[in-house]
Amino acid sequence: MTEEIFYWQALNRALDIEMSKDSSVFTLGEDVGLFGGTYRVTEGLYSKYGEARVRDTPISENSFTGLGVGAAMTGMRPVVEIMTVNFALLALDAIINMAAKIPFMSGGQYAMPLVVRMPGGVARQLGAQHSQRLEHTLMNVPGLRIAVPTTPQDAFWQLSQAINSNDPIIILEHELLYFTKGTLDLKKQRLPMHRALIRRKGKHLTIISYSRHVLLCLQAAEQLAKQGIEAEIIDLRSLSPIDWETCAQSLQRTHRLLVVEEDCKFAGAGAEIVAQLTERCLFELDEAPVRVAGLDIPTPFNEQLEAASIPHVNEIAAAAKRFRLPA
Amino acid sequence: MTFSLKQKDKLMEREQIHKMLRDMLRARAFEERAAEEYSKGNFAGFLHLYPGEEAVAVGVIHAGEPSDYIVTTYREHVHALVRGTPSKSIMAELFGRKDGICKGMGGSMHLFDAERRFMGGYAIVGETYPIAIGIGYAILLRELPEAVICFFGDGAVNQGTFHESLNMAALWRLPVLFVCENNHYQIGTEIHRHSAVTDVYKRVEAYNIPAEKINGMDVLAVYNTAQRVLKQIRTGGGPYLLELETYRFRGHSMADPGTYRPVVEVHSFASQDPISIAAHELEFNYPTAEQIAKVGSDCITLLTEQAQQTGHLVDQDLVIMKNDIEKEINDAVKYALQSPPPSMSDCQSCFQMNRRSEILH
Repeated sequence: MTEEIFYWQALNRALDIEMSKDSSVFTLGEDVGLFGGTYRVTEGLYSKYGEARVRDTPISENSFTGLGVGAAMTGMRPVVEIMTVNFALLALDAIINMAAKIPFMSGGQYAMPLVVRMPGGVARQLGAQHSQRLEHTLMNVPGLRIAVPTTPQDAFWQLSQAINSNDPIIILEHELLYFTKGTLDLKKQRLPMHRALIRRKGKHLTIISYSRHVLLCLQAAEQLAKQGIEAEIIDLRSLSPIDWETCAQSLQRTHRLLVVEEDCKFAGAGAEIVAQLTERCLFELDEAPVRVAGLDIPTPFNEQLEAASIPHVNEIAAAAKRFRLPA
Repeated sequence: MTFSLKQKDKLMEREQIHKMLRDMLRARAFEERAAEEYSKGNFAGFLHLYPGEEAVAVGVIHAGEPSDYIVTTYREHVHALVRGTPSKSIMAELFGRKDGICKGMGGSMHLFDAERRFMGGYAIVGETYPIAIGIGYAILLRELPEAVICFFGDGAVNQGTFHESLNMAALWRLPVLFVCENNHYQIGTEIHRHSAVTDVYKRVEAYNIPAEKINGMDVLAVYNTAQRVLKQIRTGGGPYLLELETYRFRGHSMADPGTYRPVVEVHSFASQDPISIAAHELEFNYPTAEQIAKVGSDCITLLTEQAQQTGHLVDQDLVIMKNDIEKEINDAVKYALQSPPPSMSDCQSCFQMNRRSEILH
């Protein structure tokens, strides 16, 4: 059973299915109920499951995320929606000090079946406060797992898997992906939540990316293919843990590594990816790994400057061509 | 506070008083011993002690049912002890040992006991409220006759989560009893220097939460009030706040001698007659356990007197109790000293306990 649906619909479908299966699943956040969610993810659920299980909250990110933590400690499976990652900065106490620590500090007495969903990334002229990416901060927190779905299929799978997991899981959704379409196959064999996926096979170099920029890498790969360069594109799908095996195996074939990320370059996810893979595969690499990343500046409001602050397709292709590829 | 228990079955009353007095004495003895072991260098880190405030934890927790949940702060050894966590498991946790209640992963500030619904000691001020409303929300969804008891200090009421969480608790009528242990100090800053309104109970009027202030040195007053309020909460009465006025005889933690507090003040809480004490004390002199035990408004002295006046306690009872407690605490320390340190593989297994075959190597 396959269908073409929007990314937001895939998330909606996952939430609906899990809520119908298990009465301990509930969702809460700003405008998730009556309004249906700012990106429509919770559309229709309020009328189906009632206000207690689809709870509109006041603007109190730290406390309603902490509410999710407390509820999860009693065995509920809360799905907290934080309207954007930028507001999650107000909830870092609940996420980092509570959710990530309680299972451990209690000596393993508590599970933490908490999901926190948050849209982020550079969208369209939202200004510096609303265009951030938070993966660098969250990746550095032991105890959290981070999923970064790119396609509707992954959005569906990973949200379902997160709801069923006993670990606290952050789902970083991209604001520009909600209205992208893709195939959803409800019956398809699920990939493990953290498994990286080779989106395109290639032999000349490996391009590793995640979230929306995977789509840009695929476009760049098309350009490169016309010039005889075959790039292998890996979609990480998970930023914690990271599936190093899939990455390392690819490098054994291509011997060149390009990492593409929308987040700022300094101390970002790309820095970790390059460092780890260099440690693991130094003698597989023919050349130094390269990162193409966002500029280390707050996102400018101006349209052209905003676009220039994050990697675009031509830039990715150009970086790939700078490798000394075999003729 | 006169007895309001008079009409009740005398035996029940006697039993309850004995239980509470025993727990207050256990609490005091446990904390003083913890301080001693800390000073000996048997463990390190932060150690926040409870002497002076026993009537709060003992009165409130005794009023709770086993099905109620408890969320508390980093000054929580006594809360766990009164809830029923064995003293040896708490002591071993303070020592960071494998047989501690959290296998040595939590420490003094992070005691958890899931079996007894003791939902944790939290060491970031203001964290207990969101946890408590989350548990309250779960109770609401499950439609159970249970309550959450949420402890916090007077210093925690200026954290944003207090206002955020109380608003939600009131909005959705969550079954939470908020208990402010008002000991007048946030570490070294006195309440009139940290709060524009120093009556905590008045501040929750803004959220339509009923509240009252009672003498937190009088365990019977605390117990009776908490029992009445918890019954209301469990039967759908919505949240409630109790402000319990109390005082800690020690500094904020073992790293803090508490010298910022005027001698007169410390002694006025440990004595009925602050002026005569002040006249005799020219320099700061922290009251000893013996001094505290002798003077008037110490909660333990108060309960002892109340119990003696009503014929519920004779000297012999007290001697037996104290002997039992001394043995219990000695055994707890022995147990802690004998428990091995946890290994790194214990640490990893605590960390990964909840993972469902999803580990990537």
